[in-house]
Amino acid sequence: MGKTLVEKIWDAHVVKSDAGFPDILYIDTHFIHEVTSPQAFDGLRSRGLPVFRPAQTIATADHNVPTVDQHLPIKEELSRYQVDMLTKNCAEFGVELYGLGHPFQGIVHVIGPELGITLPGATIVCGDSHTSTHGAFGCIAFGIGTSQVEQVLATQCLLQQKPKTMKIEVNGTLGKGVTAKDIILYIIAQISAAGGTGYFIEYTGSAIRALSMEARMTICNMSIEMGARGGLIAPDDITFDYVKGREFAPTGEAWDTAFAKWKTLYSDEDAEFDQTLNFRAEDIEPMITYGTNPGMGMGISKHIPATADQAVSEQPSFQKALDYMGIEGDTLLVGKPIDYVFIGSCTNSRMEDLREVAEFVKGRQKAENVTVWIVPGSKQIEQQAIAEGLDQIFEAAGFHLREPGCSACLGMNEDKIPAGKYCVSTSNRNFEGRQGPNSRTFLASPLTAAAAAITGRVTDVRELLEETVYA
Amino acid sequence: MKKFVELTSRIVPLPIENIDTDQIIPARFLKATTREGFGENLFCDWRYDVNRVERPDFVLNNPLYKGQILVAGKNFGCGSSREHAAWAIQDYGFDVVISSFFADIFKGNALNNGLLPIQVSDGFLERIFEAVAKDPETRVLVDLYAQLVRLEASGDQETFEINPYKKSCLINGYDDIDFILNQRDAIEIYEAKIAG
Ligand code: SF4
Repeated sequence: MGKTLVEKIWDAHVVKSDAGFPDILYIDTHFIHEVTSPQAFDGLRSRGLPVFRPAQTIATADHNVPTVDQHLPIKEELSRYQVDMLTKNCAEFGVELYGLGHPFQGIVHVIGPELGITLPGATIVCGDSHTSTHGAFGCIAFGIGTSQVEQVLATQCLLQQKPKTMKIEVNGTLGKGVTAKDIILYIIAQISAAGGTGYFIEYTGSAIRALSMEARMTICNMSIEMGARGGLIAPDDITFDYVKGREFAPTGEAWDTAFAKWKTLYSDEDAEFDQTLNFRAEDIEPMITYGTNPGMGMGISKHIPATADQAVSEQPSFQKALDYMGIEGDTLLVGKPIDYVFIGSCTNSRMEDLREVAEFVKGRQKAENVTVWIVPGSKQIEQQAIAEGLDQIFEAAGFHLREPGCSACLGMNEDKIPAGKYCVSTSNRNFEGRQGPNSRTFLASPLTAAAAAITGRVTDVRELLEETVYA
Repeated sequence: MKKFVELTSRIVPLPIENIDTDQIIPARFLKATTREGFGENLFCDWRYDVNRVERPDFVLNNPLYKGQILVAGKNFGCGSSREHAAWAIQDYGFDVVISSFFADIFKGNALNNGLLPIQVSDGFLERIFEAVAKDPETRVLVDLYAQLVRLEASGDQETFEINPYKKSCLINGYDDIDFILNQRDAIEIYEAKIAG
């Protein structure tokens, strides 16, 4: 019997597999950041250990950093301390750091691919659940806890149970105004925030194959939002073209050797998955979430589900979510006034996202009641956006292009959504308080977020796209 | 790592589903660089109002309920990989979390810290919630050797699954790093093989 892509990569990285024990899995690349690493370095110190393979460890500062005035010291004392700690730990243990002020700095899951550090067939971990993003290149990439960060620092390996595999196939052609973000929000709404638990998901099908690398990263990024350990897409010419020529990508003979190997990275015809799901691209509308987990999403033209229609055991949690969001079941979300728009995060802060938004808002003006933050995923993206004049377009529309970081994706740095306010956000989590205490999040694509910025309300972007066509 | 073998305790019920790590410990409290002290902010936004006054309707503020076992609705610990969630629960004083479903990363993090996540059936979870609703002093026994969880008064019980390796780690109080450090030779052999 053939092997799935996950099995191929997994098997190639097993150092040891003993009955009754988890596998010892070799990790090719380990990304670290300021929030989940300090206790791991402390652990090494107290055990008297060095970092085992510092050259395979890359650090950046992203979660805690401000997104304005990055050249000034970080104002918030604890954030500054944590970022300083990272700098100190990296220096002491010989780990390369792309910290604030470095031209490669950015959100950890944005810079890895952008720099050609993320490569097909690799095993990649990071103390951050959205490490699944890197799976877009055909890697086994997953988030780990701090004890595991310590484990990888100490041994470049991880004790892991081999995961189950799921195939999610999306075939067909996406409609107008429907993007990768809508595909993944649709899938999560179909299978729930726990539907992928225990699995590695391989995304296939013609609608997936047609996506750019950036769009594929958006899909894989949110695998964790259905509970999956990771998600991946078999590499193809789109992948290889993206990787080629990047800062740290292999060159010359090393490229040829790697390329020959990468060509074998696909699930065999007769490989068996533990579960297979099929979706049609034509069924997907622009999506938006209404509740407090990413599974509580719907097509933007739909009514919010009613509590009474949920399973009895789920009704209290469901109603609690609607109450938190200040909305009612069985009503439309379209037309609801909003206060903030956040375009950013490791889900949607790449060049393609910024270009798409710029093209859409060109010649338009944001609604007066809305504050719009556009936060590029990396310093390189910020520079590129400026080089392309996107900053001018944003400014003219009343949007603010900030400096790179996680920003309002999580209420940890200075960019917080105030209590009670509504934010249409391109990030990946709508949990209670995720964007700041008592903030309310509607997750959506960059296009849908941009449309909300223009109208000041939750909006079906397709209506505005029509306008463009007939203008 | 903390050892775990057996425990009988009262329980704290939290019958909410999909409790994510941002509820367990909001991101703004992740700035500490040590593992201690997170218990103070466990479930912070449910526990306190904006002025940091305790909300009387939240279970941790209700003097009727206490104990070393937290019982929560299904899909507990979904969301981020922050180990701080496990540290916060443990630092507050819990040794066991019972639910009918756990998110993967949370479960791994808990086990790596000697916090025991026990997955029970939906029906048994329901019965624990019913028992504690009737009698807040309900006690639950957890026996890791026998992989057994029991409502003390009624004797209603269920066995639970745990990876045998993880079970021995908990019982002996050793962690993955202790184990894997002994495998350095195998790791170096693997690296040499890959390098060709
Ligand atoms: S952007 Fe958000 S999800 Fe991505 S790494 Fe930063 S905090 Fe995590």
